[in-house]
Amino acid sequence: MSKIKHHLNDALLMSYAAGSLPEAFGLVVATHISMCDDCRARLGAFEAVGGAMLDDVATSQDVDLKATLALIEKGPKAPIRVDVTKLGLFPSALQDYVGGDLDAVKWRAVGMGVRQAILPTSKDASVRLLHIPAGCAVPDHGHRGTELTLVLQGAFKDEFDRFGPGDLEIATEEDVHTPVAEEGVDCICLAATDAPLKFRGLVQRIAQPFLRI
Amino acid sequence: MLTAGTSFDDSYVAPAGVCTPVCCTLEARKGRYRKVSTKEQEDLRLVECVLLIRDAQDKAAFAEVFRRFAPRVKAYLIKSGSDASMAEECAQDVMATLWHKAHLFDPTRASVSTWVFTIARNRRIDMIRKQRRPEPDELTWGPEPEPNAADVMELQQESNRLVQALSELPDKQRDLIQKAYFGDLTHSEIADETGLPLGTIKSRIRLALEKLRHAMK
Ligand SMILES: [Zn+2]
Repeated sequence: MSKIKHHLNDALLMSYAAGSLPEAFGLVVATHISMCDDCRARLGAFEAVGGAMLDDVATSQDVDLKATLALIEKGPKAPIRVDVTKLGLFPSALQDYVGGDLDAVKWRAVGMGVRQAILPTSKDASVRLLHIPAGCAVPDHGHRGTELTLVLQGAFKDEFDRFGPGDLEIATEEDVHTPVAEEGVDCICLAATDAPLKFRGLVQRIAQPFLRI
Repeated sequence: MLTAGTSFDDSYVAPAGVCTPVCCTLEARKGRYRKVSTKEQEDLRLVECVLLIRDAQDKAAFAEVFRRFAPRVKAYLIKSGSDASMAEECAQDVMATLWHKAHLFDPTRASVSTWVFTIARNRRIDMIRKQRRPEPDELTWGPEPEPNAADVMELQQESNRLVQALSELPDKQRDLIQKAYFGDLTHSEIADETGLPLGTIKSRIRLALEKLRHAMK
Protein backbone atom coordinates (compact mmCIF):
# COMPACT_ATOMS: atom_id res chain seq x y z
CA MET A 1 0.00 0.00 0.00
CA SER A 2 2.58 2.53 -1.04
CA LYS A 3 -0.02 4.63 -2.79
CA ILE A 4 -1.53 6.09 0.36
CA LYS A 5 -1.32 9.87 0.12
CA HIS A 6 -3.38 11.13 3.02
CA HIS A 7 -2.14 10.13 6.45
CA LEU A 8 -2.80 10.53 10.14
CA ASN A 9 -1.56 13.84 11.57
CA ASP A 10 0.81 14.12 14.52
CA ALA A 11 -1.95 15.14 16.93
CA LEU A 12 -3.93 11.96 16.23
CA LEU A 13 -0.85 9.75 16.44
CA MET A 14 0.28 11.34 19.67
CA SER A 15 -3.17 10.99 21.25
CA TYR A 16 -3.37 7.37 20.15
CA ALA A 17 0.12 6.70 21.52
CA ALA A 18 -0.88 8.39 24.78
CA GLY A 19 -4.07 6.35 24.99
CA SER A 20 -6.35 9.37 25.13
CA LEU A 21 -8.32 9.15 21.89
CA PRO A 22 -12.02 8.37 22.01
CA GLU A 23 -12.61 4.74 21.11
CA ALA A 24 -14.28 5.59 17.77
CA PHE A 25 -11.23 7.58 16.62
CA GLY A 26 -8.94 4.87 17.95
CA LEU A 27 -10.64 2.40 15.64
CA VAL A 28 -10.01 4.60 12.60
CA VAL A 29 -6.37 5.12 13.63
CA ALA A 30 -5.77 1.39 14.21
CA THR A 31 -7.40 0.56 10.89
CA HIS A 32 -5.29 3.08 8.98
CA ILE A 33 -2.08 1.89 10.66
CA SER A 34 -2.92 -1.68 9.70
CA MET A 35 -2.84 -0.46 6.08
CA CYS A 36 0.07 2.02 6.31
CA ASP A 37 3.69 1.33 7.27
CA ASP A 38 4.56 5.02 7.33
CA CYS A 39 2.09 5.77 10.06
CA ARG A 40 3.07 2.57 11.89
CA ALA A 41 6.65 3.83 12.07
CA ARG A 42 5.48 7.29 13.11
CA LEU A 43 3.36 5.74 15.84
CA GLY A 44 6.48 3.88 17.01
CA ALA A 45 8.22 7.24 17.35
CA PHE A 46 5.36 8.73 19.36
CA GLU A 47 5.31 5.68 21.61
CA ALA A 48 9.02 6.19 22.13
CA VAL A 49 8.19 9.66 23.45
CA GLY A 50 5.88 7.96 25.94
CA GLY A 51 8.75 5.66 26.90
CA ALA A 52 11.02 8.67 27.40
CA MET A 53 8.38 10.33 29.59
CA LEU A 54 8.09 7.17 31.67
CA ASP A 55 11.87 7.01 32.01
CA ASP A 56 11.87 10.51 33.32
CA VAL A 57 8.99 10.45 35.79
CA ALA A 58 9.78 11.14 39.44
CA THR A 59 9.15 8.09 41.59
CA SER A 60 8.18 8.10 45.22
CA GLN A 61 6.44 4.84 45.99
CA ASP A 62 7.68 1.29 45.75
CA VAL A 63 5.66 -1.55 44.34
CA ASP A 64 5.42 -4.94 46.04
CA LEU A 65 7.79 -7.31 44.22
CA LYS A 66 6.76 -10.40 46.19
CA ALA A 67 3.10 -9.85 45.41
CA THR A 68 3.99 -9.40 41.75
CA LEU A 69 5.97 -12.65 41.66
CA ALA A 70 3.01 -14.39 43.27
CA LEU A 71 0.80 -12.89 40.57
CA ILE A 72 3.16 -14.26 37.92
CA GLU A 73 2.96 -17.74 39.48
CA LYS A 74 -0.78 -17.71 38.91
CA GLY A 75 -0.19 -17.37 35.17
CA PRO A 76 -1.60 -14.81 32.76
CA LYS A 77 -5.12 -13.57 33.53
CA ALA A 78 -6.18 -14.06 29.97
CA PRO A 79 -4.39 -16.23 27.42
CA ILE A 80 -1.64 -14.21 25.72
CA ARG A 81 -3.23 -13.25 22.49
CA VAL A 82 -0.97 -13.30 19.52
CA ASP A 83 -3.26 -11.75 16.99
CA VAL A 84 -3.45 -13.65 13.82
CA THR A 85 -4.17 -11.20 11.06
CA LYS A 86 -7.56 -12.01 9.65
CA LEU A 87 -7.92 -12.23 5.93
CA GLY A 88 -10.40 -10.01 4.21
CA LEU A 89 -11.01 -6.42 3.24
CA PHE A 90 -11.16 -5.20 6.83
CA PRO A 91 -8.13 -5.22 9.15
CA SER A 92 -8.58 -7.31 12.32
CA ALA A 93 -9.49 -4.40 14.61
CA LEU A 94 -12.39 -3.47 12.37
CA GLN A 95 -13.49 -7.09 11.97
CA ASP A 96 -13.72 -7.30 15.76
CA TYR A 97 -16.26 -4.47 15.77
CA VAL A 98 -18.22 -5.72 12.78
CA GLY A 99 -18.21 -9.35 13.86
CA GLY A 100 -16.67 -10.37 10.55
CA ASP A 101 -15.60 -8.96 7.23
CA LEU A 102 -17.57 -6.95 4.66
CA ASP A 103 -20.21 -9.66 4.20
CA ALA A 104 -21.07 -9.52 7.92
CA VAL A 105 -21.94 -5.79 7.99
CA LYS A 106 -25.55 -5.08 8.93
CA TRP A 107 -26.28 -2.20 6.56
CA ARG A 108 -29.19 0.21 6.86
CA ALA A 109 -30.28 2.42 4.01
CA VAL A 110 -29.97 6.14 4.70
CA GLY A 111 -31.31 7.43 1.40
CA MET A 112 -29.97 8.15 -2.06
CA GLY A 113 -28.51 4.68 -2.31
CA VAL A 114 -26.15 5.29 0.60
CA ARG A 115 -26.05 2.66 3.35
CA GLN A 116 -24.43 2.80 6.75
CA ALA A 117 -23.72 0.66 9.80
CA ILE A 118 -23.04 2.33 13.14
CA LEU A 119 -20.46 0.41 15.17
CA PRO A 120 -20.76 0.18 18.96
CA THR A 121 -18.21 2.35 20.80
CA SER A 122 -18.03 4.58 23.85
CA LYS A 123 -20.26 7.63 23.61
CA ASP A 124 -17.64 10.39 23.32
CA ALA A 125 -17.48 9.90 19.56
CA SER A 126 -19.19 7.71 17.01
CA VAL A 127 -18.00 5.63 14.11
CA ARG A 128 -19.81 4.02 11.21
CA LEU A 129 -19.21 2.22 7.97
CA LEU A 130 -20.53 3.92 4.86
CA HIS A 131 -21.35 2.23 1.60
CA ILE A 132 -21.62 4.72 -1.26
CA PRO A 133 -22.57 3.32 -4.67
CA ALA A 134 -20.10 4.20 -7.42
CA GLY A 135 -20.86 7.63 -8.82
CA CYS A 136 -23.14 8.67 -5.94
CA ALA A 137 -22.73 11.58 -3.55
CA VAL A 138 -22.90 11.53 0.22
CA PRO A 139 -25.34 14.25 1.37
CA ASP A 140 -23.75 17.65 1.79
CA HIS A 141 -22.95 18.03 5.44
CA GLY A 142 -21.04 20.09 7.93
CA HIS A 143 -20.11 18.79 11.35
CA ARG A 144 -19.26 20.12 14.75
CA GLY A 145 -15.85 18.84 15.81
CA THR A 146 -13.55 16.61 13.79
CA GLU A 147 -14.52 14.04 11.20
CA LEU A 148 -12.18 11.28 10.06
CA THR A 149 -13.02 9.38 6.90
CA LEU A 150 -10.90 6.38 5.93
CA VAL A 151 -11.38 4.74 2.54
CA LEU A 152 -11.39 0.93 2.63
CA GLN A 153 -12.49 0.26 -0.93
CA GLY A 154 -13.09 2.36 -4.04
CA ALA A 155 -12.42 6.09 -3.88
CA PHE A 156 -14.17 9.39 -3.38
CA LYS A 157 -13.54 12.96 -4.39
CA ASP A 158 -14.64 16.09 -2.69
CA GLU A 159 -13.96 19.78 -3.17
CA PHE A 160 -10.47 19.30 -1.75
CA ASP A 161 -8.91 16.12 -3.09
CA ARG A 162 -9.18 12.49 -4.12
CA PHE A 163 -9.12 9.72 -1.54
CA GLY A 164 -8.36 6.13 -2.48
CA PRO A 165 -7.91 2.93 -0.44
CA GLY A 166 -6.04 3.63 2.80
CA ASP A 167 -6.38 7.41 2.46
CA LEU A 168 -7.69 9.31 5.45
CA GLU A 169 -9.50 12.62 5.21
CA ILE A 170 -9.37 14.79 8.31
CA ALA A 171 -12.13 17.39 8.17
CA THR A 172 -12.63 20.09 10.75
CA GLU A 173 -15.66 22.07 11.78
CA GLU A 174 -15.24 24.62 9.00
CA ASP A 175 -15.08 22.12 6.17
CA VAL A 176 -18.39 21.62 4.44
CA HIS A 177 -17.74 19.00 1.85
CA THR A 178 -19.61 16.80 -0.58
CA PRO A 179 -17.82 13.52 -1.10
CA VAL A 180 -18.70 11.80 -4.37
CA ALA A 181 -17.80 8.15 -4.95
CA GLU A 182 -15.80 7.53 -8.11
CA GLU A 183 -17.22 5.53 -10.94
CA GLY A 184 -16.24 1.89 -10.97
CA VAL A 185 -16.19 0.17 -7.59
CA ASP A 186 -18.60 1.11 -4.80
CA CYS A 187 -16.88 3.15 -2.11
CA ILE A 188 -16.69 1.80 1.42
CA CYS A 189 -15.46 4.12 4.17
CA LEU A 190 -14.98 4.09 7.90
CA ALA A 191 -16.02 7.47 9.29
CA ALA A 192 -15.75 8.81 12.84
CA THR A 193 -17.05 12.07 14.28
CA ASP A 194 -16.71 13.49 17.74
CA ALA A 195 -20.05 15.24 17.45
CA PRO A 196 -23.19 14.28 15.51
CA LEU A 197 -23.14 15.34 11.88
CA LYS A 198 -25.52 18.09 10.96
CA PHE A 199 -27.03 17.74 7.55
CA ARG A 200 -27.91 20.98 5.90
CA GLY A 201 -31.20 20.31 4.20
CA LEU A 202 -34.39 20.64 6.26
CA VAL A 203 -35.65 17.17 5.47
CA GLN A 204 -32.30 15.75 6.35
CA ARG A 205 -32.27 17.71 9.58
CA ILE A 206 -35.62 16.24 10.55
CA ALA A 207 -34.43 12.80 9.57
CA GLN A 208 -31.18 13.15 11.49
CA PRO A 209 -32.32 11.94 14.94
CA PHE A 210 -33.86 8.95 13.24
CA LEU A 211 -30.72 8.17 11.26
CA ARG A 212 -28.54 8.62 14.32
CA ILE A 213 -25.79 10.28 12.36
CA MET B 1 32.77 8.43 30.02
CA LEU B 2 33.38 4.77 29.51
CA THR B 3 35.78 3.46 26.97
CA ALA B 4 36.43 0.18 25.28
CA GLY B 5 37.50 -2.44 27.71
CA THR B 6 35.43 -1.10 30.56
CA SER B 7 33.83 -3.97 32.32
CA PHE B 8 30.22 -3.86 31.37
CA ASP B 9 28.38 -5.46 34.20
CA ASP B 10 30.42 -6.24 37.27
CA SER B 11 27.38 -7.20 39.23
CA TYR B 12 25.93 -9.51 36.71
CA VAL B 13 26.83 -13.15 36.26
CA ALA B 14 24.99 -14.77 33.39
CA PRO B 15 23.36 -18.06 34.28
CA ALA B 16 25.16 -20.82 32.43
CA GLY B 17 23.75 -21.91 29.14
CA VAL B 18 20.99 -19.34 28.80
CA CYS B 19 22.84 -16.67 26.93
CA THR B 20 20.98 -16.14 23.67
CA PRO B 21 22.78 -15.27 20.45
CA VAL B 22 21.57 -11.68 20.79
CA CYS B 23 22.82 -11.45 24.35
CA CYS B 24 26.22 -12.76 23.33
CA THR B 25 26.52 -10.47 20.35
CA LEU B 26 25.40 -7.52 22.41
CA GLU B 27 28.08 -8.34 24.96
CA ALA B 28 30.66 -8.50 22.21
CA ARG B 29 29.53 -5.29 20.57
CA LYS B 30 29.47 -3.32 23.77
CA GLY B 31 33.19 -3.84 24.08
CA ARG B 32 33.76 -2.52 20.60
CA TYR B 33 31.75 0.67 20.95
CA ARG B 34 34.00 3.42 22.11
CA LYS B 35 31.52 5.76 23.68
CA VAL B 36 28.81 3.88 25.47
CA SER B 37 27.20 6.14 28.01
CA THR B 38 26.02 4.86 31.35
CA LYS B 39 22.43 5.37 30.30
CA GLU B 40 22.99 3.33 27.15
CA GLN B 41 24.57 0.57 29.18
CA GLU B 42 21.54 0.53 31.42
CA ASP B 43 19.20 0.40 28.43
CA LEU B 44 21.07 -2.50 26.84
CA ARG B 45 21.18 -4.31 30.15
CA LEU B 46 17.38 -3.95 30.35
CA VAL B 47 17.04 -5.49 26.89
CA GLU B 48 19.18 -8.38 28.08
CA CYS B 49 17.05 -8.80 31.17
CA VAL B 50 13.88 -9.08 29.12
CA LEU B 51 15.56 -11.68 26.89
CA LEU B 52 16.64 -13.58 30.02
CA ILE B 53 13.07 -13.50 31.28
CA ARG B 54 11.94 -14.79 27.92
CA ASP B 55 14.52 -17.56 27.57
CA ALA B 56 15.21 -18.61 31.15
CA GLN B 57 12.34 -17.28 33.29
CA ASP B 58 15.11 -15.52 35.16
CA LYS B 59 13.71 -14.01 38.37
CA ALA B 60 16.85 -11.99 39.15
CA ALA B 61 16.63 -10.36 35.74
CA PHE B 62 12.96 -9.68 36.38
CA ALA B 63 13.79 -8.05 39.71
CA GLU B 64 16.16 -5.69 37.90
CA VAL B 65 13.54 -4.64 35.40
CA PHE B 66 11.02 -4.40 38.22
CA ARG B 67 13.19 -2.08 40.32
CA ARG B 68 13.58 0.21 37.39
CA PHE B 69 10.04 0.34 36.07
CA ALA B 70 7.47 -0.69 38.68
CA PRO B 71 7.74 2.60 40.67
CA ARG B 72 7.67 4.58 37.44
CA VAL B 73 4.58 2.79 36.18
CA LYS B 74 2.90 3.45 39.52
CA ALA B 75 3.82 7.13 39.38
CA TYR B 76 2.54 7.33 35.80
CA LEU B 77 -0.80 5.83 36.83
CA ILE B 78 -1.13 8.17 39.80
CA LYS B 79 -0.36 11.15 37.59
CA SER B 80 -3.00 9.88 35.18
CA GLY B 81 -5.62 10.07 37.90
CA SER B 82 -5.79 6.72 39.67
CA ASP B 83 -5.60 6.43 43.46
CA ALA B 84 -2.65 4.78 45.19
CA SER B 85 -4.20 1.34 45.71
CA MET B 86 -5.49 1.10 42.16
CA ALA B 87 -2.09 2.24 40.89
CA GLU B 88 -0.35 -0.44 43.00
CA GLU B 89 -2.64 -3.12 41.65
CA CYS B 90 -2.22 -1.94 38.06
CA ALA B 91 1.56 -1.61 38.37
CA GLN B 92 1.84 -5.21 39.63
CA ASP B 93 -0.33 -6.25 36.77
CA VAL B 94 1.75 -4.38 34.21
CA MET B 95 4.96 -5.98 35.50
CA ALA B 96 3.36 -9.45 35.48
CA THR B 97 2.25 -8.81 31.90
CA LEU B 98 5.84 -7.92 31.02
CA TRP B 99 6.89 -11.36 32.31
CA HIS B 100 4.20 -13.20 30.38
CA LYS B 101 4.71 -11.24 27.18
CA ALA B 102 8.50 -11.20 27.17
CA HIS B 103 8.48 -13.28 23.97
CA LEU B 104 6.64 -10.48 22.17
CA PHE B 105 9.27 -7.81 22.90
CA ASP B 106 11.13 -6.70 19.77
CA PRO B 107 14.26 -4.71 20.67
CA THR B 108 14.72 -3.57 17.07
CA ARG B 109 11.47 -1.64 17.29
CA ALA B 110 11.31 -0.35 20.86
CA SER B 111 13.37 0.29 23.95
CA VAL B 112 12.28 -1.50 27.11
CA SER B 113 10.97 1.86 28.43
CA THR B 114 8.80 2.28 25.36
CA TRP B 115 7.53 -1.27 25.55
CA VAL B 116 6.68 -0.93 29.24
CA PHE B 117 4.99 2.38 28.53
CA THR B 118 2.69 0.76 25.96
CA ILE B 119 1.78 -2.06 28.37
CA ALA B 120 1.03 0.48 31.12
CA ARG B 121 -0.96 2.68 28.76
CA ASN B 122 -3.04 -0.30 27.63
CA ARG B 123 -3.68 -1.32 31.23
CA ARG B 124 -4.75 2.22 32.02
CA ILE B 125 -7.29 2.23 29.18
CA ASP B 126 -8.62 -1.19 30.22
CA MET B 127 -8.91 -0.57 33.93
CA ILE B 128 -9.39 3.16 34.29
CA ARG B 129 -11.04 4.34 31.11
CA LYS B 130 -12.92 1.06 30.61
CA GLN B 131 -13.04 1.33 26.83
CA ARG B 132 -12.26 -1.18 24.18
CA ARG B 133 -8.87 -0.65 22.65
CA PRO B 134 -8.66 -1.15 18.89
CA GLU B 135 -5.13 -2.18 17.90
CA PRO B 136 -3.40 -2.33 14.51
CA ASP B 137 -2.76 -5.72 12.96
CA GLU B 138 0.42 -7.27 14.32
CA LEU B 139 3.21 -7.76 11.84
CA THR B 140 4.90 -10.52 13.76
CA TRP B 141 3.05 -13.52 12.54
CA GLY B 142 4.95 -16.63 11.65
CA PRO B 143 8.27 -17.57 13.22
CA GLU B 144 10.10 -14.49 14.40
CA PRO B 145 13.63 -14.05 13.16
CA GLU B 146 16.14 -13.49 15.95
CA PRO B 147 16.82 -9.74 15.94
CA ASN B 148 20.12 -8.55 14.61
CA ALA B 149 22.35 -7.21 17.40
CA ALA B 150 23.48 -4.15 15.44
CA ASP B 151 19.87 -3.17 14.82
CA VAL B 152 19.13 -3.59 18.51
CA MET B 153 22.09 -1.39 19.46
CA GLU B 154 21.09 1.35 17.06
CA LEU B 155 17.44 1.47 18.03
CA GLN B 156 18.38 1.54 21.71
CA GLN B 157 20.89 4.33 21.14
CA GLU B 158 18.37 6.27 19.11
CA SER B 159 15.81 5.97 21.89
CA ASN B 160 18.39 7.25 24.29
CA ARG B 161 19.07 10.24 22.06
CA LEU B 162 15.37 10.98 22.05
CA VAL B 163 15.32 10.96 25.85
CA GLN B 164 18.17 13.45 25.86
CA ALA B 165 16.61 15.68 23.23
CA LEU B 166 13.35 15.75 25.16
CA SER B 167 15.19 16.72 28.31
CA GLU B 168 16.66 19.69 26.48
CA LEU B 169 13.31 21.07 25.29
CA PRO B 170 12.01 24.31 26.83
CA ASP B 171 10.00 23.61 30.02
CA LYS B 172 6.74 24.80 28.52
CA GLN B 173 6.85 22.39 25.62
CA ARG B 174 7.98 19.56 27.84
CA ASP B 175 5.09 20.16 30.21
CA LEU B 176 2.63 20.06 27.37
CA ILE B 177 4.02 16.79 26.10
CA GLN B 178 3.96 15.31 29.59
CA LYS B 179 0.37 16.38 30.00
CA ALA B 180 -0.50 14.82 26.67
CA TYR B 181 0.99 11.49 27.76
CA PHE B 182 0.04 11.41 31.42
CA GLY B 183 -3.08 13.47 31.59
CA ASP B 184 -6.07 13.24 29.42
CA LEU B 185 -5.59 16.07 26.99
CA THR B 186 -7.79 15.36 24.01
CA HIS B 187 -6.37 15.34 20.52
CA SER B 188 -7.78 18.79 19.83
CA GLU B 189 -6.18 20.18 22.96
CA ILE B 190 -2.78 19.03 21.82
CA ALA B 191 -1.97 21.55 19.19
CA ASP B 192 0.00 19.89 16.45
CA GLU B 193 3.32 19.24 18.10
CA THR B 194 6.24 20.48 16.15
CA GLY B 195 9.89 20.37 16.93
CA LEU B 196 9.83 16.91 18.45
CA PRO B 197 13.03 15.10 17.48
CA LEU B 198 11.34 12.06 16.03
CA GLY B 199 12.85 11.78 12.57
CA THR B 200 15.64 9.31 13.16
CA ILE B 201 13.76 7.05 15.49
CA LYS B 202 10.96 6.92 12.96
CA SER B 203 13.31 5.89 10.17
CA ARG B 204 14.93 3.26 12.40
CA ILE B 205 11.56 1.74 13.16
CA ARG B 206 10.65 1.98 9.51
CA LEU B 207 13.83 0.08 8.67
CA ALA B 208 12.99 -2.59 11.24
CA LEU B 209 9.51 -2.95 9.73
CA GLU B 210 10.96 -3.37 6.27
CA LYS B 211 13.39 -6.03 7.49
CA LEU B 212 10.56 -7.78 9.24
CA ARG B 213 8.42 -7.78 6.11
CA HIS B 214 11.39 -9.00 4.11
CA ALA B 215 12.01 -11.84 6.56
CA MET B 216 8.39 -12.88 6.30
CA LYS B 217 8.48 -13.25 2.55
ZN1 LIG C 1 -0.49 6.65 6.94
